[in-house]
Amino acid sequence: MEFTLDLNTVWFILIGVMLAGYAILDGFDLGIGALHLLVDTDDERRIMLNSIGPVWDGNEVWLVTGGGALFAAFPEVYATVFSGFYNAIILLLFMLIFRAVAIEFRSKRPMKWWRNSWDIAFSISSILIAFLMGIALGNIVTGIKLGPNKEYIGSFLELINPYTVLVGITTVALFMMHGAIYGVLKTEGELQNKLKGWVNNTIIFFVICYVTTTMATLIYYPNMARHFKEFPPLFIIALLNMLAIANIPREIHHQREFRAFLSSSASIAALLTLFAIGIFPNIVLSNPNPEYSLNIYNSASSEKTLTIMLIIAVIGFPFVLAYTISIYWIFRGKVKLTNMSY
Amino acid sequence: MDLEILSRLQFAITVAFHYIYPPLSIGLGVVMVVMEGMYLKTKDKFYENMTKFWVKVFALTFAIGVASGIVMEFEFGTNWATYSRFVGDVFGSALAAEGIFAFFLESGFLAVLVFGWDKVGPKMHFFSTLMVALGSMFSAIWIVVANSWMQTPAGFHIVGEGINARAEITDFWAMVLNPSSIDRLSHVLSGCWLAGSFLVISVAAYYLIKNKHIRFAKSSIKIALVVAFISSLFQLYTGHQSAVGVSKHQPAKLAAMEAVFETQKNAPLYLFGWVDEDNQEVKFGIAIPSLLSYLIGFSPDTEVKGLNDFPKDERPPVNIVFQAYHIMVAIGFLLILISSLGVFYWWRGTLFSKKWLLWIFVFSVLLPQIANQLGWITAEVGRQPWIVYGIMKTSEGLSKAVTEGQVWFSLILFTIIYVGLFILFLYLLNEKIQHGPENVDLIPSELGHPKA
Repeated sequence: MEFTLDLNTVWFILIGVMLAGYAILDGFDLGIGALHLLVDTDDERRIMLNSIGPVWDGNEVWLVTGGGALFAAFPEVYATVFSGFYNAIILLLFMLIFRAVAIEFRSKRPMKWWRNSWDIAFSISSILIAFLMGIALGNIVTGIKLGPNKEYIGSFLELINPYTVLVGITTVALFMMHGAIYGVLKTEGELQNKLKGWVNNTIIFFVICYVTTTMATLIYYPNMARHFKEFPPLFIIALLNMLAIANIPREIHHQREFRAFLSSSASIAALLTLFAIGIFPNIVLSNPNPEYSLNIYNSASSEKTLTIMLIIAVIGFPFVLAYTISIYWIFRGKVKLTNMSY
Repeated sequence: MDLEILSRLQFAITVAFHYIYPPLSIGLGVVMVVMEGMYLKTKDKFYENMTKFWVKVFALTFAIGVASGIVMEFEFGTNWATYSRFVGDVFGSALAAEGIFAFFLESGFLAVLVFGWDKVGPKMHFFSTLMVALGSMFSAIWIVVANSWMQTPAGFHIVGEGINARAEITDFWAMVLNPSSIDRLSHVLSGCWLAGSFLVISVAAYYLIKNKHIRFAKSSIKIALVVAFISSLFQLYTGHQSAVGVSKHQPAKLAAMEAVFETQKNAPLYLFGWVDEDNQEVKFGIAIPSLLSYLIGFSPDTEVKGLNDFPKDERPPVNIVFQAYHIMVAIGFLLILISSLGVFYWWRGTLFSKKWLLWIFVFSVLLPQIANQLGWITAEVGRQPWIVYGIMKTSEGLSKAVTEGQVWFSLILFTIIYVGLFILFLYLLNEKIQHGPENVDLIPSELGHPKA
């Protein structure tokens, strides 16, 4: 097909960028959460928590803004997916609430049972959030049962099948790896050594999941590869993705933790790019009736709204980047616990 | 119960719970800016420690506000999918603007506000506090704009027919500055300032009664009283403006607020009463003749449109709206009275020895909260049966892919979780209050005061 960079495509890309921003940023703090129960002492758990303390909330804003942008740019997708995935979204919302509250409340009281309960809530919710998002991505690949009126007509259980579960687990593995690398960056001493070990384990875990998912996708959903066949240079992205992953253990070995983190971030961005190219120009594929699919044209807002939103984005994004970079700069370096910490 | 009632109930419960927290954050934001500004001006560490205490309270309210706020952002899609399809082009852009302009600002600088005390200099920290306060208000701007558009839609046209009909923007600024935006925004914001300042007043009054942290409590009360006094008067003005706006743009709502059944001149204003909707009369009420006509048009001859002029299926429930509105107004006047008394005795120099007034202060924290909730009930129930006034009915906005069972399930879980969260919030807030501020009871020399 012909590729033209029209407004709808620009918004497809922008929402992709927001989701990638979310996956890279909240990805590491979900990963820290997933690893949280593996550290034992209270001080070490506090360091884990405080490594994401000043930033997790801002990271989550990427999801909220991505949701708002989806509502504005592709309201049909927002409405179909959120109402169609009702139970899953409600579960996701509960997990987001538990997680926020667990982070905020955990260190407020000294009792062991109090802290342990919130630690468990924090960790389980982090894992489930990652898993549910993976399930959602998986369903975008497999396609869901849509009726002629753009409504989801399947059931909740139909959203869960071996393939979507595999994508869910892969997402958890990816975020665990990403979180472990971030942890190495923010800690020192014994805890850092422990995290370094986990980086190696999680890389192996992730690579196994990644390879399995890729094979399953190519075998069962070859449609995802059609743009790559039509335009082979796109394959470079897949190559870059693998190089980025392979680069992580190398950088860790040479004590260049920040570069390892950049590599891991690059691989998340590359993965999502591959995914976006695979589904383009559809956003929600209808299976078994592909003619009911929601694509960037039949689900979009008017040209006028897309233009207004683009102006808002062009004004807003430089500020967003400026805040994000300044905050990460201010809180750079190893975590030190103070009386204002969690 | 059917899907519509369940979905409305769920939205009402989740938004009412959410709305306990943002007003506290917005109000505390203003108070913190003043306190830290005084620290910058006087270089007295006391003000810094004072700010630190309120920042901790702020962080607690903010966390629950964010957690319960994400629910709101997603709930339009989960439970009101048909509405979302219909309004996404217009309504979605306000939500997205809120994310880009407000949430990033707020959450970014919140990190510095809470965790950055020794990472940045005092000026940068003050700047962060200011940005968090502004960010929380920007957020209010966009969300009130979005809601106001549902009350008084403007700047759009309807494209398509039947199930494919949807609203599309024709004029962005007309949408943003729709007829009720400014009045309602100023009314909402002054309600938020009242919520935050009365929390400070309440906690500080409690310390004074307990004879603890005296200097901290006195300074906090003075700062918050100024904010509360100005806000309570401003609230009267914005409330009046809003009511006049409602009379022009949503006459059915105004008729329900004052239980006007027949169109009339010299419409009376009820101080209180109980509306018998079946017999169309107000029982046990006391009314001031002609005052309603006078208030909305500055003349007793102003005609007020009665509910009977609207088709039966386009009238909002009357008694709920009437009661919510009247209690809210009564609380508004009570808040003016309480803050005026505070300012008066402060001026006389006897404020801190008036135990009875301090006790009133302690409990006054509940008043703005109740009034804020009632104000939203008036606005939202008064808009019924419409979801977008005059354009789309609430019953038409539901999700088609969602069943009653699913909403029962989420409604019950939300209720349990929110009750639990609210108890935890009160528990932790109480812990913070009992623990008290740190290093504020020292004499200046111990604080390294520059003049000592």
